[in-house]
Order: sequence, then C-alpha cells, then structure tokens
Amino acid sequence: MIVAEHLSKDYSGKRAVDDLSFTVQPGMVTGFLGPNGSGKSTTMRLILGLDAPTAGHVTVNGKPYREHPAPLHEVGALLEARSVHTGRSAYNHLLALARTHGIPRSRIDALIDLVGLSSVARMRAGKFSLGMGQRLGIAAALLGDPDTVILDEPVNGLDPEGIHWIRTLLRGLAAEGRTVFVSSHLMSEMSLTADHLIVIGRGRLIADTSVDQFIEMASAKLVRVRTPDAARLVALLSSDQVAQTTDADVLEVRGLSPDEVGELAFAHRVRIYELTPQQASLEEAFMNLTSDAVEFGMEPNPDAEIAA
Amino acid sequence: MSVVAPTVPRLAHTGAVTQTRVIQSEWTKLWSLRSTRYSIGAALLLIVGLAALACGVVTHQWPHMSLHDRQEFHPLDVNLAGVQVAQLAIGVLGVLVITGEYSTGMIRATMAAVPKRLPVLWAKAIVFGLVVLALATPATLIAFVVGEAILAHQHIEIAFSHPGVPRVVLGAALYLTVIGLFGLGIGAIVRNTAGGIAAFAGILFVLPPLMNVLPVSWNNAISPYLPLNAGQAVMALTRDPQQLAPWTGLGLLCAYAAAALALASLLLVRRDT
Repeated sequence: MIVAEHLSKDYSGKRAVDDLSFTVQPGMVTGFLGPNGSGKSTTMRLILGLDAPTAGHVTVNGKPYREHPAPLHEVGALLEARSVHTGRSAYNHLLALARTHGIPRSRIDALIDLVGLSSVARMRAGKFSLGMGQRLGIAAALLGDPDTVILDEPVNGLDPEGIHWIRTLLRGLAAEGRTVFVSSHLMSEMSLTADHLIVIGRGRLIADTSVDQFIEMASAKLVRVRTPDAARLVALLSSDQVAQTTDADVLEVRGLSPDEVGELAFAHRVRIYELTPQQASLEEAFMNLTSDAVEFGMEPNPDAEIAA
Repeated sequence: MSVVAPTVPRLAHTGAVTQTRVIQSEWTKLWSLRSTRYSIGAALLLIVGLAALACGVVTHQWPHMSLHDRQEFHPLDVNLAGVQVAQLAIGVLGVLVITGEYSTGMIRATMAAVPKRLPVLWAKAIVFGLVVLALATPATLIAFVVGEAILAHQHIEIAFSHPGVPRVVLGAALYLTVIGLFGLGIGAIVRNTAGGIAAFAGILFVLPPLMNVLPVSWNNAISPYLPLNAGQAVMALTRDPQQLAPWTGLGLLCAYAAAALALASLLLVRRDT
C-alpha cells in the first residue's frame, strides 16, 4: 500500500508535483495516468526516497521507504530512465542488487528465466535493446519478492508479445494480493491492465477512481442528432451546447440527454431522424480531463475547444 | 510464441540491508566491470614495468654518466617511477567507481536498494581502498626487488634493510591507496566522470606547478601542504627541507581524502539522486 499526503516537489522553482494525495491499494492494479511531463516519474522517485519532497510525505507499507530494513522486500521498482550500469552483465547487475539483501543466487537464475533473458544474462547490459532493458528492470524489481511493485511506463519498447506478458504478470501480481502501481501516458493501455486509476496533470490530482467510473465521469453527455432542420435546432441551443459536424444534417449536442433533445425538438416541430447517445472513447475521456493540464500541448483546434 | 502466465517465485527469506552485505555488493560491482580490471591491471604493470625499465636504463647508462649525475642519482626514486604514473590510473578509477553509477543511472537502482545511502559510500571506500592496498603492496615490493636486482649489476642498489627504505616502499602502496580514496571522494562530490577526473587531476597535478607564480615565500609556505606534495613526502628517503616529515605528509593526504569523503557523505544524504 502506498499513501501519499500533500506531496509537492519543486525543481529549481518549478513545481513538478503539486499537493498530491492518493492511496494505492493492494490486491489490484492501479494505473498512474498523465500526459508526458505531468509528474508521474517524479512522484515515483519521491515514493522511493530518491528525491526528497518539498512538502508533504509518502509512505509505503506503513513507513517511509527509507526506514524499511529490507526495502527491496517492500517495494520493487522499474524506473522510466534506465538504472543499469551499461558495462555490467545482466546477471552481475542482479547479483550486486541481491547481495545488499542477502538474496541467494538461485533466485537470480529463476528471475532471469522468468523474464526470458537466460540466453543473454552474461552479455553487457549496454548492448541490450530497449525491450531487453525493460525485462532486466522487471527482474530487478521482482528480486526481493516485494509486496508493492512500482513500474514506470513498463510497456515502453516492448513488442506485442512482451506487452501481453507484462499485462499477465501485473494481473498475476495483483491477484497474489500485492500492490501494483503502473504509470502510463496511454489510456488504452491502462484500460486493459488497471482496475483503478490515479490521473494527474501538471503535477496535480485530476481523478482517483475506478476505470469504469472514470470513463463515465469523463465522457460528458453527448448526443448525435440527425435532422433535416439542423439550422433551426442550432438556433434553439446555446453555442457551447452544439457542434456542427462535417455532415450538414448531423449535430453533436453536449450537456443534454437524448430525452431532453427529443422534447426540445418536439416542442419546436424540428424533425429528428436519429438520436444516438455517444460514449466517448477512453482516449477522448482522458484527453478531455487533462486538456487543461497538458504541459506541452499543441495549439488547440476549434473542434477541441467545442469538445471541451 | 505462446505466452505462459508468469508466476513470480516466492522468496523464502529476505535479509535486512547491512553494511557487510553492501560491502559484498560493492565487491561484485567493482570486479564485474572491465574498467576496473583494465585500470588496476595497468597500474600494477606500470608499477613493476616502469621500475624495471627505469632501473635498466640507468644501469646501462651508468658507466657514461657524469659525476654530478651519479651524485644526483637515487636508487629508490628510479624504482618508484611507476608509482608516479600508476597514481593517475588509480585516482581515475576511484572517480569512476562512483561517477560510473551516475552516468549510467545505476545510482538509482543502488540507492533504491540501500535508501539510507551512506552504507554505499562507506562500502565503496572500504572495498576500493582495500583492493588497491592489497594489490599495490606486493606490486611495490616486487618493483623494488626487481629494480634493485637490475641496479645491482652496477653495484648501485640499496638494501631493503637500509633505514627508511621499508617506509618508502610500503608508503608508496599506502600513498596509492589514499590517492584512490581521494579520487572516490571527489567523484562522489562532483557526480560526473569528466568533471571528477578534471577536478582530481587539477587539484593533484595542476595546482603544484601553479604555485610557482606566487612569490617564493608564499610558494614555500603553501606548497608542502598541497595534497600531492604532502603525500609524496612518505616516498622521500632523504627529506627535502621544503617537504613535510614523511608520516605527517601522508597523514595530511589522508586528511584531504577524509575531508573529500566527509563532504561527499553530507551531500549524498541531502541531494536528490
């Protein structure tokens, strides 16, 4: 279990994490979602005590990470940036980490086998592909049989088979009752892996919710209306409620239920041929929520303005 | 390729992080890198090889040397020529032992495994210091035996039993050890390989000649206390009036190394990784 309370971190005056409070529960996969540069990696470094928070504090399994006598047994972490000496073999990398906790060599062999690096275990890690590096990082994270697993963008650089392997692994770890905290900037990936979501943007908490609730919350009511009297219906609605589409007789109405649109049309003798409630896709839901919080966003286009 | 649901094997017993275990970890780290094997191998070869080479040259030239040159000749100085070069390899390796972790990102894995951090610095100092001492001591002894055997052809050798000789020969190994630890301390402060090597070489080798621009009285007052000059005092058989006493000099170099490591330890605990 990870508990963050009012966590803030400044880097030379710039706020990277801003008053972040959340709890990551055991027994499920919690996705940590946010655009690039939103503070996910920083938060993870704060959890591991690699960086000190400017304000607030964070505990893992009831204590600050630094105070655990056997930290690798509490938390296993894969950080986004590589954390391996390029001149050392995968085996020796794991051996050096294992020795700090008196972990036997037999476990190193077992984990190298588990992540599928047996044939390259004696090769220098600097020659590894991105995917092999991720697998080595995952082996390192699991070395101490940790109760809590923190993975920063674990699917980066993995092929489809590797991505599937990670998903299965994470679900398995959660099923064993471990706390699994996985960051990603891809909503679609999280929807397949995570049970719960913590969404941040510009270092601030945007949502702390189940995946299902998140989609419902984020997708504002949107109704697709096909009508030959489009112009008249537009006139009946305020400009932020309705959007023209490329199709002249199709409108998108926001903030009203299909029933309300139907009643309105009936009262004004507007003909309706089609009235369809729309479910925003996960990716849209995510972008809607974080659009105000994108650090390096593109110029907003007019459609996006209406959608927001 | 089919995907089998991976199950992570459980670990029967996990031990706590102890200083001893961190030392074992650092031992593994040190020897699992090629840079260590190359640097230490080069240092040992230089200590013995240059001693043999320099003694060979002198032995060959001796019949043709002027009286003045013969008076200036000292068998131990020629014998320790390799140590003067080896100190660069040892010092640079000392810097690399820590900066290599920062440049590759390994430091994050290290500090996640040992979040109290200080045991890592102490372990690096203990492992690296003992390794250098354990290898440099036989190397300087072998260099002495080989070098003096060569000089004996012209009967210009010096015996190990001669007063001060054991101190010089074993002091050279101690000197290399402390130089290595000084490099480690500087590397841990600077946290960058190029910067660390530059700072190490600058303080050690650039500072002493720079003192020549100062007025002579200032130069004489400051120079003996510079790390290089202080440490070298232990390797002087006859004391130069501008030099500190042998053990005082080496002690001062130890103090410089200790100060660098102490500053590094303060910064290590305070700074973000």
